[in-house]
Amino acid sequence: MNSFSDLFQTYNWDETRQSIYAKTSDDVLRALAAPKRTLEDFKALVSPAAAPYLEQMAAISQQLTLKRFGKVIQLYIPLYLSNECNNICTYCGFSYDNKLRRKTLSPIEIMQEVAVIKEMGYEHVLLVTGEANQTVNVDYFKQVLSLIRPHFSHISMEVQPLDLEEYQQLTPYGLNTVLVYQETYHQEDYKKHHPKGKKSNFQYRLETPDRLGQAGIHKMGLGVLIGLEDWRTDCFFTALHLNYLEKKYWQSKYSLSFPRLRPFSGGLEPKVEMNDRELVQLICAYRIFNEDVELSISTRESPNFRNNIVKLGITAISAGSKTNPGGYMVEPQSLEQFEISDERSPAEIARVIKAQGYEPVWKDWDSCLTA
Amino acid sequence: MLQIADTTFNSRLFTGTGKFSSSILMEDALLASGSELVTVALKRVDVKNNDTDDILSHLKHPHINLLPNTSGVRNAREAVFAAQLAREALETNWIKLEIHPDPKYLMPDPIETLKATEELAKLGFIVLPYIHADPVLCKRLEDAGTSAVMPLGSPIGSNKGLKTIDFLEIIIAQSNVPVVIDAGIGSPADAAKAMEIGADAVLVNTAIAVSENPVIMAAAFKMAVEAGRMAFEAKLAKPVAHAVASSPLTSFLDE
Repeated sequence: MNSFSDLFQTYNWDETRQSIYAKTSDDVLRALAAPKRTLEDFKALVSPAAAPYLEQMAAISQQLTLKRFGKVIQLYIPLYLSNECNNICTYCGFSYDNKLRRKTLSPIEIMQEVAVIKEMGYEHVLLVTGEANQTVNVDYFKQVLSLIRPHFSHISMEVQPLDLEEYQQLTPYGLNTVLVYQETYHQEDYKKHHPKGKKSNFQYRLETPDRLGQAGIHKMGLGVLIGLEDWRTDCFFTALHLNYLEKKYWQSKYSLSFPRLRPFSGGLEPKVEMNDRELVQLICAYRIFNEDVELSISTRESPNFRNNIVKLGITAISAGSKTNPGGYMVEPQSLEQFEISDERSPAEIARVIKAQGYEPVWKDWDSCLTA
Repeated sequence: MLQIADTTFNSRLFTGTGKFSSSILMEDALLASGSELVTVALKRVDVKNNDTDDILSHLKHPHINLLPNTSGVRNAREAVFAAQLAREALETNWIKLEIHPDPKYLMPDPIETLKATEELAKLGFIVLPYIHADPVLCKRLEDAGTSAVMPLGSPIGSNKGLKTIDFLEIIIAQSNVPVVIDAGIGSPADAAKAMEIGADAVLVNTAIAVSENPVIMAAAFKMAVEAGRMAFEAKLAKPVAHAVASSPLTSFLDE
């Protein structure tokens, strides 16, 4: 098997969806009792049949997370470098057809933003851009990484998918983690949501984690945008992808996110709504299926939800986020990629974490570990 | 008394600093454990500002020796680099060598560990490598200049106890350096058992840190380790397959 595509092609969306919705209480109970859970067990855990077992799922999820990660929650913050984008995406504020002032931060502006982020106490930064290969490309990323590396112990990136050689060029600059979300594994719908630009190439995006694995990246993050398609089926394919990657690229760590579609300028209504109970079901299902994967929650979710999810399986949380380039200092009024839902400061979130009996962890990596 | 390299320890319980819900609770638990050697992950501490680092500032007790660990490195080259940085920043030549390229199960890489031990020993480090319970590897590490060996009881954080006991017994029987059983010890009973079979020390983290009451659990481990060691020194009676009367029937022959 050369890439995940080979495995993916052996699956049919509709059949997979039907098999999830056909799961019964017995399947759920079997999954909950199993010492190790299979992909079939995962289907049961995300199926409608699992809804009555949410409390049991939460208890197992909490216990597994405590054993593997302890009573700690990592903190990270996004730094939006650019909103330039050549893609048309139906769900994104940065879409090419959206009328907004485009901005890419200069080195001086980046350092102004970094100063604010450092003041908040952050050691882990997530660099985010749109997709504008002419201007926001590998050379730009090298410049940015060189600039900020002395200031952060952990640097993650969520930018356009790159070629293998490009990832290989970036890792020596201190790049530790790359997040790349497939958005949806439903191939036909993917095309509807990405009609123009390089992002319309489903296959290239699907094979990005393979390239990351080949480049020896320390950690990669996967996920779908919940709301574009049936979330149970999309998340099954995410679990399938994770399973494949863990076996093939066994030296990398993995994280999962579960962003729900949020309002934005020119907004798309979700095709499929996911309520809070269902999001908790999904988080617990991921944890019960995979004890080791990191699970991350962003400021897309409400304060009340985030307060209570800390104990249920989450390992990382963002706080104080701005989703626009220059949002912290340089240009606070520029257009956001999406509206955040929890506007509390990192210090407030740290207090919430402590109040739940957990330790907020600002640093969990060091550049000295990659000679 | 346990001696490793040039240092003597009263306590045979070594501890870790991860997974605690707060640094204050960690400190209280470590004090309750009586531990004199505490391992700390370089990735978690701010080595550039170690005076103000939250974890390190809670470990400043005269009886606590720091054992920086290299958790996160994937090969010998990275481990040697990290160890040198730790020596400079934390002013200790002790290093817990952890090379686990597999972040899922955290299984130690025997080849890279042996390479790194050879190099670090030459550089004057007191090396304590975390390894599989592999008797041959332990002898090879001895030849390479290790100051102790740290074979696992079961996978890290699993709390499954001494799944590798048959191999641990061979390692203990053959070793010329202290044997510290590290990883998987899930209960005071496991720790006591490790000491009873002759381990020189145990290292416990998860079982203490994620318990309902880490301070009481740490005290329980302290007692278990002491009891297990006393039992070992008092020479446990061996189990036998048949009954042996405490007043033998043939005792009159010796009168």
